[in-house]
Amino acid sequence: MSLTHYLVLAAILFAIGATTVLLRRNAIIVFMGVELMLNSTNLLLVTFSRMHGNLSGQVLAFFVMVVAAAEVVVGLAIIVSIFRTRRSASVDDVNLLKS
Amino acid sequence: MHTLITLTAPAVVPTAAGGVSSVAWSGAQAAVWLVALPLLSSAVLLLLGRRADRWGHWLGVLASAASFVVGLVLLVGLLGLPADQRVQDVDLGTWLDAGALSIGAGLRVDPLSLTFVLLVTFVGTLIHVYSVAYMEHDASRRRFFAYLNLFVAAMLLLVLADSYALLFVGWEGVGLASYLLIGFWNHHTPYAVAAKKAFVANRVGDVGLLVAMGLLFATFGSLDFATVDAGVAGASEGTLTLVGLALLLAACGKSAQFPLQSWLGDAMAGPTPVSALIHAATMVTAGVYLIIRSGAVFTAAPTAQLVVAVVGAITLLFGAIVGCAKDDIKKALAASTMSQIGYMVLAAGLGPIGYAFAIFHLVTHGFFKAGMFLGAGSVMHGMDDQVDMRRFGGLGRYMKITYFTFMAGWLAILGIPPFAGFFSKDKIIEAAFVPVDGEPWRAWVFGTVALVGAGITAFYMSRLFFMTFEGQKRWSTRRDGSEQHPHESPALMTWPMIVLAVGSVGLGWVLSTVGFVEWLEPSVGHTEHEEPVLAVPVLIALTLIAVALGLVLAWRRYAVSTVPVTPPLGTALTRAARVDLHQDAVNDALLVEPGQYLTRSLVYGDKAVVDGAVTGLGRATVALGDLVRRAQNGYARSYAAGMVVGVVVLAFVVLAVRG
Repeated sequence: MSLTHYLVLAAILFAIGATTVLLRRNAIIVFMGVELMLNSTNLLLVTFSRMHGNLSGQVLAFFVMVVAAAEVVVGLAIIVSIFRTRRSASVDDVNLLKS
Repeated sequence: MHTLITLTAPAVVPTAAGGVSSVAWSGAQAAVWLVALPLLSSAVLLLLGRRADRWGHWLGVLASAASFVVGLVLLVGLLGLPADQRVQDVDLGTWLDAGALSIGAGLRVDPLSLTFVLLVTFVGTLIHVYSVAYMEHDASRRRFFAYLNLFVAAMLLLVLADSYALLFVGWEGVGLASYLLIGFWNHHTPYAVAAKKAFVANRVGDVGLLVAMGLLFATFGSLDFATVDAGVAGASEGTLTLVGLALLLAACGKSAQFPLQSWLGDAMAGPTPVSALIHAATMVTAGVYLIIRSGAVFTAAPTAQLVVAVVGAITLLFGAIVGCAKDDIKKALAASTMSQIGYMVLAAGLGPIGYAFAIFHLVTHGFFKAGMFLGAGSVMHGMDDQVDMRRFGGLGRYMKITYFTFMAGWLAILGIPPFAGFFSKDKIIEAAFVPVDGEPWRAWVFGTVALVGAGITAFYMSRLFFMTFEGQKRWSTRRDGSEQHPHESPALMTWPMIVLAVGSVGLGWVLSTVGFVEWLEPSVGHTEHEEPVLAVPVLIALTLIAVALGLVLAWRRYAVSTVPVTPPLGTALTRAARVDLHQDAVNDALLVEPGQYLTRSLVYGDKAVVDGAVTGLGRATVALGDLVRRAQNGYARSYAAGMVVGVVVLAFVVLAVRG
């Protein structure tokens, strides 16, 4: 498998993730899109790390996972809290700060 | 403040330059007290407030009288010195010291300044005494005396200063005192406006003095009279002409000369003693003093000197013509003051030959005009503050002392021998007729103006005298509706008038007998006697004929025939003279209205351009904000889309740049 395959796969994953974030209203799905984008990045980090024989890319991928885990914890908590108060998980309904 | 400086200052530091004596006379130090005494008294009166109401006026009289005594002591001391040592400079230490700029404070005691000191303090003291009675019923009499003392202190500082810088302090001081006293009854709006007018007109003149001081400092590096006098020979005539014209502007402002004369008539809004002291006898002559003190500059700048004479001649006729038409007794006297100062300025413009006579006339005028103003005050006092001469008439029978003292002043200003004016004014007319080399027209023009002026003076002063004291009664009722009961004023008012009347009668003869002109020589320089274009007896005869004509004309019109109570329409000239020959209209059209137009345009420009730019910037920001705000729609997904687009654009840019 050449480098190109990995790059194309990562690009496809990122595009799917980004499209999900932009097009879906459900906050949970949006979150999944975000995770997908992060993972595509992780894939790239690991790919280049392996190609260059340098471990710092893999270490960075771990950092991304840790941050993503923390983000999910906080994010899901917020989403649950919003759902409880507004009976909706749609990101478009969260506009309390507007006007 | 100045007293403190003197106590620690070294003794007199003599200056060798400018003909100043090299022998110091320590007695001249006393001159400091001349300024300090009235200044202290003024401060006490102002600071103690109502607590000083009971005795404040007497403190004012005392301070002025004490200054006069100090002046007498100085006179005796100066007379004890030989003539060439009679210019004494008193050093009061350094006033300003900033790098290259060093201005000393000092007083100059010489015959010229001492003449002014004695005039100011003597007439001033008399008028202080008069005011004690005149202002008796005024609740703020103490404040009045505080201002009078302030004026005396400032005027003495003006005439005693040995540099233009210190002179300027006194110059502004008398301007302030004049403003405060014209507007003394400032609860009456026109009076407050008159005070403001005087102040503004004076400020125009002050600009002239400031410009002159700047030029002098740039040329000579110093503002001392001694340095300037000594350096004049080495300066260019162009510079000196500019300095002379700037000084003339200053003199015009202070002395109500054409074209800055318009404030003097309105200044009569002040209490009558103020008109007598400040606007007749002393302050308004400060311009003449300035010109004569700067004699060295004017002698070296013939053009400026000619302009001085022209201004004097114009004002002389201007004041005389205005005086003929005024029905307000104080305004008629004010016009007369303007005209008489015109004589002095004319004499000062004739060069060294006229300096001594200008001062001579200034002194005699100080006596007889102050006397007549006090007389006018006495008439107003007896006639319930009526000032319209058409409402007087026949008052001579009711106010004997006022009548006779006023008569002395009237005969003096007419120049009837042997009254004081004859000795001084005739000398000016003679000096005006003295030919100038290469320009024979001058003698004839200035001489004729002075001669005609004497005739007109005789007419309007006789008109004033006859309308007030002779003829039938044309009295109005009092303000409360009762009949007028003219009565003689109390002794405190009549005695100063009597003393001034004695001066009006005898001062001219006395001064010319004791050699007043020679006494002034150390200050104004010696000039050889020169023959006028007409023989002196012929000139005296011509002057007396002109005076007699004016007198007889006035007698026929205002004493023998009936004076109408309402002013007749009169000729075009009379109507113009009633409104001061349209001087206010001219000022309005030439200065006030363009000035107001300019300020209005500037205000408009400020609002439209400056304010417009600022508010426009604000509005543009708000509009831009409105526009950008639409992007902030609150949808998290649209923000995310923005970010994606941004990243993609950035990526393309980076790729494109890196090629």
